[in-house]
Amino acid sequence: MSVMDGIYLLLGLMFAAAAWYNLRDRSNPKHLKRALFWALYSVTFLFGSLLPPFLVGCLAIGMALLAGIGGLGKSGAPEPSEEERHAGAARFRNRLFVPALLIPAVTVLGTLLLQNYRPGGKPLVELKDATLVALGVSVVVALLVGLWMLRQPFRVPLTESRRLIDAVGPVLALPQLLAVLGAIFAVSGVGQVVAGMVGKFIPVDSALAVVTAYCLGMTLFTLVMGNAFAAFPVMTAGIGLPLIVKLHGGDAAIMGALGMLAGYSGTLMTPLAANFNIVPAALLELPDQNGVIKVQIPTGLALLAVNTALMYFLVFRF
Amino acid sequence: MLTLIGVAIVILGFALKLNPLLVVVAAAIATGLAAGIDMVAIVSDFGRAFTQNRYMALVWLTLPVIGMLEKNGLKERAQALIARVGAATTGRVLMLYMLIRQLTASLGLTAFGGHAAMVRPLVAPMAEAAAENRYGELPQETRDLIRAHAAAADNIGLFYGEDIFLAIGSVLLIKAYLDQAGYPFTPLQIALWAIPTAIAAYVIHAFRLWRLDRRLKAGLGKAP
Repeated sequence: MSVMDGIYLLLGLMFAAAAWYNLRDRSNPKHLKRALFWALYSVTFLFGSLLPPFLVGCLAIGMALLAGIGGLGKSGAPEPSEEERHAGAARFRNRLFVPALLIPAVTVLGTLLLQNYRPGGKPLVELKDATLVALGVSVVVALLVGLWMLRQPFRVPLTESRRLIDAVGPVLALPQLLAVLGAIFAVSGVGQVVAGMVGKFIPVDSALAVVTAYCLGMTLFTLVMGNAFAAFPVMTAGIGLPLIVKLHGGDAAIMGALGMLAGYSGTLMTPLAANFNIVPAALLELPDQNGVIKVQIPTGLALLAVNTALMYFLVFRF
Repeated sequence: MLTLIGVAIVILGFALKLNPLLVVVAAAIATGLAAGIDMVAIVSDFGRAFTQNRYMALVWLTLPVIGMLEKNGLKERAQALIARVGAATTGRVLMLYMLIRQLTASLGLTAFGGHAAMVRPLVAPMAEAAAENRYGELPQETRDLIRAHAAAADNIGLFYGEDIFLAIGSVLLIKAYLDQAGYPFTPLQIALWAIPTAIAAYVIHAFRLWRLDRRLKAGLGKAP
């Protein structure tokens, strides 16, 4: 078992606890559906590396059907009372910040350590996993320190994570599902079709038109794919390299850097970038799932204009 | 052309506010079928990608800690601290957080911050409390607007900060792509050109946060 499997095991146990508390939640008439939803998700973490992909696919599709048809009802997770919270704030004061800040602090230190400490010339974990492993370790450290500092019983982190998991709801699994959609788009060749369509409509002898088409294309494509990383190879192959670099003699490094940033304007404005836009709206309990996107649109559009102008003035000069 | 059916399903599904999980699954299956892949293979691809992307759920591991701290008054304590800072306004709290987020991200410390670990338990309550200290009890729409801005400040700080760091995914992706296309560059040569946009992003969004302060003041009354 790898270190990552150990961390997924912790996640699996957390979702299993959410399923367990929902199973016993008689206040919600759909409590069985809600429990089953988190139980299925839990299984993908507990046994995901062992199960055949077809079965995991069925579990994920089952989750979507459970959430999508008839909903999961209203969770009866108890909210901590106002007296309890105020009493805690008065009693523990700034100690409350210690576990909260331990998470980023240990994650950052752990990442640096795992990336640079190589006993016998070999890193302790795969380098790409360093941040993830460090995050897992930081949570365990913060949890133990928190339990000790606040003198909390062991069940509290689980009842409270269940409250927050239910508050976010099924949207919690959306970023992962969207990544799956991106993978399926990629094997089906969706990108090439879109790039071909955009390429047909550009007056290629105008440098301004070409730069605008590339930046706008990056933004639009990111709006649809939810991810600037998916848009970049497609738009760069379709417009960036043939038109900006080869035809008009632009600098490829400037085009690449600013093109990617133009894609980020799309990320700020699309519900498909669920982990940045839809999930925080759920976490902050906003009534409008597009609430975060709405406040980001003006900044996104302004930065699209800035990136297009910067590229036009810089890319042919260096 | 038919392969675009998934894109159409996604756009339509999100516009009609159908359940997003169902929309995404439907789009994935339709796209795979349109590309001539058989059903069993699609579900298997789906499962394989789902397992590969489990790391995206790791942020949720912070929930037991954050929930336990919330139960013991973390938000209330954060609000009490802000109440002591007379100069604090919603816009200024968020400007400061965005600055820290952008600077740490530009050093590659993207793990510093985030919606679950920082925005919900600390940043949003502080931004709300700063407005409350000035204008008293806030209407719910104002609270929601401030919370949305807190999430936006995190995103904008992260996006336009991380691109300056040399070893971040986006810079490495650009480099790898240009390399294989026959345009070799060092990460530094690419990351350098993200700096003007990073500055513009901060200035533009900080200006909008300043306007948010003005809007709160106009809508909720005079500062004491």
